[in-house]
Amino acid sequence: MLHEARSGHTGGSLSAVDAIVALYFHHMRHNPGNPRDPDRDRFILSKGHAVPALYATLAECGYFDVGELLTLRKINSRLQGHPANTKTPGIEVSTGSLGQGLSFGIGVALAGKLDGKDYNVYVMVGDGETDEGQIWEAAAAASHYKLDNLTALLDRNRLQIDGFTEDVMALEVASERWRAFGWNVLEVDGHNMREILDVLHKADAHKNQPTMIILHTVKGKGVSFMENRVQYHGVAPTDEEYKKAMKELDELEKKILEKYEKRKE
Amino acid sequence: MGKLINPRDVYGDTLIELGESNPNIVALDADLSKSTKTCKFCYRFPNRFFNMGIAEANMISVAAGLASCGKIPFVSTFAVFVPGRTYDQIRMSVAYSDMNVKLFSTHAGVSVGKDGVSHQMLEDLALMRVLPNMKIFIPSDPVITKKIVYLMAENKGPMYSRVGREPMEIIYDEKELEDLKIRRMLHIKDGDDLALIACGTMVKNAIEAGKELEKKGISTGIVDAWNLKPFDNHTIDKIAKKVNAILTIEEHSVIGGLGGAVAERLSETGYKGGFIRMGINDMFCESGDPRDLLEKYGLTIKHIVNQAEKMV
Repeated sequence: MLHEARSGHTGGSLSAVDAIVALYFHHMRHNPGNPRDPDRDRFILSKGHAVPALYATLAECGYFDVGELLTLRKINSRLQGHPANTKTPGIEVSTGSLGQGLSFGIGVALAGKLDGKDYNVYVMVGDGETDEGQIWEAAAAASHYKLDNLTALLDRNRLQIDGFTEDVMALEVASERWRAFGWNVLEVDGHNMREILDVLHKADAHKNQPTMIILHTVKGKGVSFMENRVQYHGVAPTDEEYKKAMKELDELEKKILEKYEKRKE
Repeated sequence: MGKLINPRDVYGDTLIELGESNPNIVALDADLSKSTKTCKFCYRFPNRFFNMGIAEANMISVAAGLASCGKIPFVSTFAVFVPGRTYDQIRMSVAYSDMNVKLFSTHAGVSVGKDGVSHQMLEDLALMRVLPNMKIFIPSDPVITKKIVYLMAENKGPMYSRVGREPMEIIYDEKELEDLKIRRMLHIKDGDDLALIACGTMVKNAIEAGKELEKKGISTGIVDAWNLKPFDNHTIDKIAKKVNAILTIEEHSVIGGLGGAVAERLSETGYKGGFIRMGINDMFCESGDPRDLLEKYGLTIKHIVNQAEKMV
């Protein structure tokens, strides 16, 4: 997708995608045939630049045709470079200017409480994104209003555009910050499906507080030469890199399927 | 002088009226509910009022989230903060996302007075006018204030409205405004020589200036540009055909607001007559009594009359 578009954010999409897949395929109540179902669980991608991961997931779920993915970032496409709710089925709100998605999620969670609905709201926030002041305005408000129907997921891949988060603008100890703001904080390996699914259930069950799940992730996960490399934040793979990356990912897929078949036996 | 009513009180009372009949009306404020008068809604509907603290950016995006679930959020604080402090949140979460959020700001303009420049918003109309999807309404008296709040609740989409801090005199009776339509400015009076196009607090001054000009034999038309966006090109075109002098008057920078909008239309349609924008010139003002400020910065009835006389 990104290779076809010749631009986009590769690293942060690969760190985020496992949790997004877990939510859409195994956790959230949603209906691709009725994206505006008022009772749906909501997923809001506050770190909008990782939208290729969300588009791929929405397409696999059936929100739109998988073939449409190759139109990403091209003229006349519904798949904008950053999420646009007015264009793409399944996108809740336009993001891409960092710091706003968590606040939007608070609004959705407040509406759910007002209407007595039992949906849950999941907001994925980038770790670099928590440099934004609005995130902390939202952090205070969510705990003030005791929004236990709101769960944030922090994609803690430790890198932002200009380098390591701890060098650009230190944000550790992240868990203590969120706890101090009144959140229930849980931490997991953001690439371990079982852990992700377990922690989502725990987050849903928690009462009187919003939950922050810190996903310890690897930027560029799954492609050896991209992992933990800051230069893959905002660029698409070249032809050669694309071939190499797809070979690695195909091999990974094969391994996973073999393991799955074995387990079935 | 007629009876004075504060448009902020009208706003608060109208919100309650709307809230009684529509359970989806909710209100948000950023620790200024006693000044904006959303406190009235809060007392009546505590569960549907959200004080977001002194955190305006969060408030805007929260309102967008509420709107996405069918709520009709009215968001209020001082105009220096919304839109002044929250342009990007309004752009992304509200305008681009096309959310049904109603921004109703108070304390706009220089007549905020003694608090000074930090609290005198003179750029809000310009900021909101450049945003696609945004509609802008500027009440000129207590009666139209109520009408506008209704109109905002009953029509879908992002909207911005601003009132000042000071009470206002009544211009309209309710019957006159029964047919109020978006994209139609209000023709208060026809005139053949000169047209005064004003908005908000300056409409009353324009009416009074018009009376003095008539006494001097100058046939003066008065237009209330209460709906700045979508812009009523039709009315401007009609005026441009009729008169040879047009004066815009607003409690806003002369750049980008009503004067800017009228200038754009006139220059694109070949108007050859005189045209002057009255407002606050490209500058910051200062603390002072509202009347002293309007006097010093050139927005009184006398200033309008003097300017108009020079043009005809």
